Amino acid sequence: MSRKISMKQAINEALDLEMRRDPTVIVMGEDIVGGTGAHGEADAWGGVLGVTKGLHAKHGDRLMDTPLSESAYIGAAIGAAACGLRPVAELMFMDFMGVCFDQIFNQAAKFRYMFGGKAETPVVIRGMVGAGFRAAAQHSQMLTPLFTHIPGLKVVCPSNAYDAKGLLIQAIRDNDPVIFCEHKNLYGMECEVPAESYAIPFGEANVLRDGDDVTIVSYGLTVHRAMAAADALARERVEAEVIDLRTLSPIDWDSIVESVERTGRLVVVDEAHPRCNLATDIAAYVGQHAFGALKAGVQMVTAPHTPVPFAPSLEDLYVPSAEAIAAAALRTLAPTGTTPRSIAA
Amino acid sequence: MTENPFPLSKDDLLRAYRTMRTIREFEERLHVDFAKGDIPGFVHLYAGEEACATGIMMHLNDNDRIASTHRGHGHCIAKGVDVHAMMAEIYGRSTGACRGKGGSMHIADLSKGMMGANGILGAGAPLICGAALAAKVRGDRGVGITFVGDGASNQGTFLESLNLAAVWNLPVVFVVENNGYAESTAMEWAVSCDSYVDRATGFGMPGVTVDGTDFFAVHEAAGEIIRRAREGGGPALLECNMVRFYGHFEGDAQTYRAKGEVEALRASRDCLVMLGERVIEAGVIARAELQAIDGEVAALIEDAVRAAKAAPLPAAGDLLTDVYVAY
Amino acid sequence: MLNERIKPIVMPKWGLSMSEGKLTGWLKRPGASVALGDELLEVETDKITNVVEAGDSGILRRVLGEPGTVYPVKALIAVLAEPDVPDSEIDAFIDAYAAPATGGAGEEEEAGPRYHFAETPAGTLRYAKRDGTRGESGPAVLLLHGFGGDLDNWLFTIDALAESATVYALDLPGHGQSAKTLADPTLAGLSKAVLGFMDAAGIDRAHLVGHSMGGAVSMRTALDAPERVASLSLIASAGLGSAIDHGYIQGFTAANSRRDLKPVLETLFADQSLVGRKLVDDLLKYKRLDGVEAALRALSAALFADGAQAEILAGAVAATGLPTLVVWGEQDRVIPAAHATALGHAARSVVIPNAGHMVQMEAAGKVNALLKEHIGTPATGTAT
Repeated sequence: MSRKISMKQAINEALDLEMRRDPTVIVMGEDIVGGTGAHGEADAWGGVLGVTKGLHAKHGDRLMDTPLSESAYIGAAIGAAACGLRPVAELMFMDFMGVCFDQIFNQAAKFRYMFGGKAETPVVIRGMVGAGFRAAAQHSQMLTPLFTHIPGLKVVCPSNAYDAKGLLIQAIRDNDPVIFCEHKNLYGMECEVPAESYAIPFGEANVLRDGDDVTIVSYGLTVHRAMAAADALARERVEAEVIDLRTLSPIDWDSIVESVERTGRLVVVDEAHPRCNLATDIAAYVGQHAFGALKAGVQMVTAPHTPVPFAPSLEDLYVPSAEAIAAAALRTLAPTGTTPRSIAA
Repeated sequence: MTENPFPLSKDDLLRAYRTMRTIREFEERLHVDFAKGDIPGFVHLYAGEEACATGIMMHLNDNDRIASTHRGHGHCIAKGVDVHAMMAEIYGRSTGACRGKGGSMHIADLSKGMMGANGILGAGAPLICGAALAAKVRGDRGVGITFVGDGASNQGTFLESLNLAAVWNLPVVFVVENNGYAESTAMEWAVSCDSYVDRATGFGMPGVTVDGTDFFAVHEAAGEIIRRAREGGGPALLECNMVRFYGHFEGDAQTYRAKGEVEALRASRDCLVMLGERVIEAGVIARAELQAIDGEVAALIEDAVRAAKAAPLPAAGDLLTDVYVAY
Repeated sequence: MLNERIKPIVMPKWGLSMSEGKLTGWLKRPGASVALGDELLEVETDKITNVVEAGDSGILRRVLGEPGTVYPVKALIAVLAEPDVPDSEIDAFIDAYAAPATGGAGEEEEAGPRYHFAETPAGTLRYAKRDGTRGESGPAVLLLHGFGGDLDNWLFTIDALAESATVYALDLPGHGQSAKTLADPTLAGLSKAVLGFMDAAGIDRAHLVGHSMGGAVSMRTALDAPERVASLSLIASAGLGSAIDHGYIQGFTAANSRRDLKPVLETLFADQSLVGRKLVDDLLKYKRLDGVEAALRALSAALFADGAQAEILAGAVAATGLPTLVVWGEQDRVIPAAHATALGHAARSVVIPNAGHMVQMEAAGKVNALLKEHIGTPATGTAT
């Protein structure tokens, strides 16, 4: 049966169901149980934001708190994966990747290739991404382009609870290393989610809205801003097609190109920094493979080339807004040399 | 023949000698062929250090995992990786252990519990913690051994792994192969502690230092801490003091070493010679038996080189395969 | 308050999830004379586009809904009345109408179909139930969907039949939100699950309406437990001949992406534009549930092995003398419409033009009228 739950609950449920189904699934991370070795309550935290709350009671020692030691336990998760377990390691904030990235990009990502196709490393590394949480420069980044750059990694960034559950189940069942990016500002957002297990295959974008005038491609939190922009555009009689990538590596090039071939206009929205990100990647791909279909230059709406600021007044300017997305869409529709209208989204 | 005074059977002694001789022959041959320009890239040779890998690996089975270093040929051979496949890999051939996609620094054979040589110093330590965790979760009494040089013993990954293994009580043995040099930099200068035993103690685990050129010393010390780990006693650190017969990599002029240093080490601390003399002196094995092994090993290595040179190169299409299981 | 001589036309509610619909166009002009069952307008939902048929007769006195505009369910979009009703009364009716449309939402929800779950020997089965809307509850009607379908295939059927019956629509095992494990993937096994459901829901006897595979299940049930079946309505039914489009069965079972599934689903309809994004998405969501693929493969192997239907029940069913209606879409590409005559004079057989395999959705008004007629007069409904 289906009911409304939050993305946080959906992730918890995916972990719970997969741990029940497969005894080789273990979950580790800093404070994912909370209070290990301390004298207070057991299962005190269930993760810093409570994503894994209650799982320890159900699965005991298969949920493991770790020392604050990302290199060691992320590496251990990768080593255990190469030895037949299916570990899910929580990196808390994906920004902490800096201290353990070697284990991910030089070890996990390369084992299969370096060892001539004889290794499988079914590890999932999940962590929070994204700005808007007043968490400042080292706890707010959208580092997805760093991961999509690395062959051997799969990169996932769901925009809603339904996708989060199905994509995480797929990530756990997947035989390759997966970086699972959870936008912290989506944790509370609810939608209809089946109680049963289901896996969403990687590499299939989700078309959230049909439209023939302009294609808007995004992932994660900004998908919702793109939808708000599309609503605003619809009031102006501009029908936008909104594509949620869901997985960034592999990426569903076909859906993007098919849509652009119909609309002739493309806006790419990425919360990552503007240089060499998903927006530039997609813009370049479409420029190379669907140039003839384009009726206007591709518009990119991204975060600025700055760290994430702390002051709420500044941070609110940082993440691409619905207004900026709608304005970009209108720019693709404006005749060359004219100034497009602006609308409130 | 007199009574065997060693804690190993004659067969095991012959096996140990054969392993050490194979490593030596393999590395000496690479030294020659590399200088001729036959081998692409670069290689780091284990010659002089054979007693360490062999003394430890004799306690392991295929279910036990090891994580190696950039200087990994000896670990591979001692862990049972096929010599022909290794040679072909180093020659970049499609018949190589990694189909020519790994090379000297990435030889692996997971079926033998060999989780890979590693080009990143200290990177094997967290991985072997994971291997040991998998063994612990499965309850299969497997152990994990990670090798690290004195240089990489300063890496955060290694130090964090000591802590993690102790906190999780993992069946891991951390082997520091102390050959005195981190590339060209002296261990005495680069490692801040006086003894690796102190370092182990600081992480709440026992530490043992042995003469890594003495096969019997390594075998005995390793046996005890591996047994302890296997029985749930937790991790330990084993420091093997050893000598490097060649440079950090082939082509290293070794100007940082004192004049005559290597010659003196070869004359006085050649672990292979030492093992041979011990077993002959004790009357357990005849010199002729060892010479027979020397001949067989020489033929094996010769055949491995011949086969590697004759083997096909990887096909152009192999460039794009084996990035993912499925993508 | 409501003037009984004035009949409202409202945005319909098709299925439990519909909250609004887009009026895409009027098929009658203002002032036109409208007979019961006439096609009035087209509505597009996120699931499907369908024609709204007149539930009353009269003159289309006032058209309120504008093409291209989205209206909430039950919003007043037009008014029917006889010519002698004065404009002032119609204006008053329209003014007064806003209140019940929004204020009585809770009560309206109560009356609509609702999802329930029944614990049965075949596992937990989901069903929708709608009590009769006009007075007493009436006879029980049980709707059984086809291979890979679910109770929402009866989106346009449930409310229409509920005017004179208590309507149940079931998710068969392996389907919809019912248990995904199939103890016995044969018609006999599914029929047993249906009887188990009837026991659990307290239904002694029901008119069975089956679509495609559900039709074959209905027939099997009528043969195995004749005392539980009041009549049969077989819509594009399996079990009447051996031919079936095996490509559809295999394609539907294998597809796991929008790109693969959409063309497969298009074979279900005469008008392929009916296969919208939401329809494909909903089916993908179902297909991705653990156990579904295994269930579909088991059913496919048991019922449609080697590209032919395994069990043909036409002769046996014809011999029962049970009142039976057979309905087909002329352009059915999954099971040929030629099967419509398989029961000969033992059934009333109707083939509807411009409709495909999902004829109960594509020609909902016609099928609903046939079903109401059949179920309403089951005793005399034979050999028309």
